[in-house]
Amino acid sequence: MDSGMTVPAERSVVLDAGDMGRAIRRIAHEIVERNKGAADLILLGIPTRGVFLAQRIASAITPIDGEAVEVGALDITLYRDDLRLRPARALEPTAIPAGGIDNKVVVLIDDVLFSGRTVRSALDALNDIGRPRAVQLAALVDRGHRELPIRADFVGKNLPTALAEQVRVRLVEFDEIDEVTIEGGAR
Amino acid sequence: MTLSTVIRGVRPYNEEPVDVVVKGGVIAEVVKAGSGAGRVVDASGLIALPGFVDLHTHLREPGREDAETIETGSQAAALGGFTAVFAMANTSPVADTAGVVEQVWHLGQQTGLVDVFPVGAVTVGLEGAHLAELGAMATSVAQVRMFSDDGKCVHDAAIMRRALEYVKAFDGVIAQHAQEPRLTVDAQMNEGLLSGQLGLAGWPSVAEESIVARDVLLAEHVDSRLHVCHVSTAGSVDIIRWAKSKGIKVTAEVTPHHLLLTEDLVASYDPVYKVNPPLRTGADIAALRAALADGTIDALATDHAPHPHEDKDCEWAAAAFGMLGLQTAFSIAVLTMIESGLLDWRALADRMSVRPARIGHAIGHGQGLVVGAPANICLVDPDAFWVAEPSSFASKSRNSPYAGMTLPGRVVHVYKAGKATVVDGGLAC
Amino acid sequence: MRHLLSAGDLDLDEACLILDTAAQLASVSDRSVKKLPTLRGRTVVNLFFEDSTRTRISFEIAAKRLSADVINFAARGSSVSKGESLKDTALTLEAMGADAVVIRHGSSGAPHRLATAGWIQGSVVNAGDGTHEHPTQALLDAFTLRHHLRDGTGDLAGLQVAIVGDILHSRVARSNVLLLRTLGAEVTVVAPPTLLPFGVADWPCVVSYNLDEVLPNVDAVMMLRVQTERMQAAYFPSENEYSRRYGLDVRRMGLLPPHAIVLHPGPMIRGMEISADVADSPRAVMAEQVANGVSIRMAVLYLLLGGMTDDDRKEL
Ligand SMILES: [Zn+2]
Repeated sequence: MDSGMTVPAERSVVLDAGDMGRAIRRIAHEIVERNKGAADLILLGIPTRGVFLAQRIASAITPIDGEAVEVGALDITLYRDDLRLRPARALEPTAIPAGGIDNKVVVLIDDVLFSGRTVRSALDALNDIGRPRAVQLAALVDRGHRELPIRADFVGKNLPTALAEQVRVRLVEFDEIDEVTIEGGAR
Repeated sequence: MTLSTVIRGVRPYNEEPVDVVVKGGVIAEVVKAGSGAGRVVDASGLIALPGFVDLHTHLREPGREDAETIETGSQAAALGGFTAVFAMANTSPVADTAGVVEQVWHLGQQTGLVDVFPVGAVTVGLEGAHLAELGAMATSVAQVRMFSDDGKCVHDAAIMRRALEYVKAFDGVIAQHAQEPRLTVDAQMNEGLLSGQLGLAGWPSVAEESIVARDVLLAEHVDSRLHVCHVSTAGSVDIIRWAKSKGIKVTAEVTPHHLLLTEDLVASYDPVYKVNPPLRTGADIAALRAALADGTIDALATDHAPHPHEDKDCEWAAAAFGMLGLQTAFSIAVLTMIESGLLDWRALADRMSVRPARIGHAIGHGQGLVVGAPANICLVDPDAFWVAEPSSFASKSRNSPYAGMTLPGRVVHVYKAGKATVVDGGLAC
Repeated sequence: MRHLLSAGDLDLDEACLILDTAAQLASVSDRSVKKLPTLRGRTVVNLFFEDSTRTRISFEIAAKRLSADVINFAARGSSVSKGESLKDTALTLEAMGADAVVIRHGSSGAPHRLATAGWIQGSVVNAGDGTHEHPTQALLDAFTLRHHLRDGTGDLAGLQVAIVGDILHSRVARSNVLLLRTLGAEVTVVAPPTLLPFGVADWPCVVSYNLDEVLPNVDAVMMLRVQTERMQAAYFPSENEYSRRYGLDVRRMGLLPPHAIVLHPGPMIRGMEISADVADSPRAVMAEQVANGVSIRMAVLYLLLGGMTDDDRKEL
């Protein structure tokens, strides 16, 4: 929370647990559909919540395709362009499947797509790790306000927002509840 | 026909207010407050003490006039309430000949703010090998009576014995910087838990105590006078106390900083706290204060050791040893000895004037506030507080460990042989 | 974290943060592109008043892997020979815009002085000062211990570590005693009494004069170099006597529990404190220590410079 806001003036739930489950399953279906199966797929979640989403999407893909899809984590902290705006951040784990990413289709998974800077950092990080055949992007929520020419391939929910509003994704693995909320701002 | 000066309403040693009448450079009479006749100086609320005598200063001239000169050192001394100082011999050239001690003596007289008594070196070049011409220095104009290789220890027992014996011919005294050199190679601070943690080579108490013990035994054996410079450890106090109880002719001094500051300050690695002997522990401080109170330690002596900024604005090991002391000594004495109730004002005057003058034969000093004595008088305000600001000190150097501290007791006026050297806390003239 | 001057300044959380960060950064060394853009535009100065090629190179690699600009400044002149003073060197570096100064100096407290005297604004990393401390060495040792004897995460609670050799003059020993204690390990220092600091009984460790008694009970033994100059100063009678009593040879290595490892901060004097057979045995982890040194120093530089620094704050 920034800009001195105290208690959020408004807090509305835009996705509940059921909505979220459906959104994840839909993304899973779309990924399989687009890639004509799950072979050569690697889902890389961007910490923290992107990693849990990646695991859930992977679990949702398995029954569709019958094949386990590889999952990993890609911390982008060291590639951020806004490091100097905050004290040094602790690093999150990066876990790349043993076979590497060369010639694989990497699907980056993040909770909220906003300015696009996180994704740009992730693309830079990928570039230093290997050379995938293709990189795709999945986000649970796309809230708009892009600052870079970046577009998601798979979106759980498009959510028009005002800049002052906060979109919060909570996941049971980390937050003890599944929900997406919009908080604050003048609605 | 000289005019009389009446120091009106002053309290000698904080006792009943009187008028002290000064005439012709001496204390002419002490009369009922308000009754003295002459030019009046209002001294109500002030305490009169005999002018302080410092047995241990480094005035750096000749040789290191960038750090201090006899003139600036004399100014600092006067502002600190002193009317006499003993200038240590570790100058360049070393004060080991009649020529050098006379030069120092004359420069002191020219400045005229305090009597500068040169200390002669014990050995040529402070090298500990050959006795300097002690007799020539004693019979020079400077009439040297105190000899010291201060900065270095006269570590050779045979040389120390001969020096003690030799000075008996003119009632001299050997002032020893007690530091066993082999136990203090590259030593940087008090040896203890902290030195081990900070990785600084230790200066163990035993390196001081072993020399003090040896020297008091030598002094006893040859029946001569020994003075122990800057005693810094509880163990040294015990040895000196024992020696005095045996009737051995030993006297001793302690510095203001060893009465107040502990080794913990070294943890900052700020070389302003680097001094030799090093800052010790709280237990040592307690023993030193008690010893100064009971007279085991005779004198408070500053070991005023000016160093140019570049010799302190560096890493610890590269820095010079020493602290300024002249302008803060009185306040530190008030803080440590008067406020604690360990000394009353008369006893403080004894430790800062009477006894040091006697030890060093400071002619004309230390006779106290008695009629007929030279009018060496220091008037202090016991209730004033001031903030130590080294940049405003008269000394050429700034290496005071008390920078920024609020200190009790202020020197207001000082008279040397009846002539005002300090007026209202500033230099006269 | 503003500076890294003493291992004793780190609390458990800070120490673990550095180790965890190093663990993440270690993977960079296994990639084909061994470089991160993180410290682009930052300047790291390696200010070495003492020759130590290995430590200097380790910091240099660490800074370069994070894309910092690196300036190696081999300063002549120490407390002994009056060359350019520490202060003047510092002022020069400040004028060059150093964001961090990694300093190795023969005088204990020199990094502390550099950080607090007001000569420079940037961060100061102690790369070894006199006989005081060498905190990154302690961190890399802890990292190595954690990797071998724990699962590579968390603290070192309950671990038994012996540090053997010239404790008196060792900055590595001081930093290790402090850091290992913070991490929950139990340390025994082993040396002849002459090579133990005055007051060591009050250090947060156990003291022993007998290596054979200690070895069966430790998970790791850290051997320190003993300089033969110490012999001249009567700290011990002869090299032979020293290595008979305190050297780690094959017989003594046999006293260690099977899982225990042998560390040495280098450079080793084979035949003195450690025999060649021990140094070359699989239990000796010196090569890993060197590799881990790069990760640890990357972590330290990242945590000092990877976020907003005082300079950045001023520009806001
Ligand atoms: Zn001295």
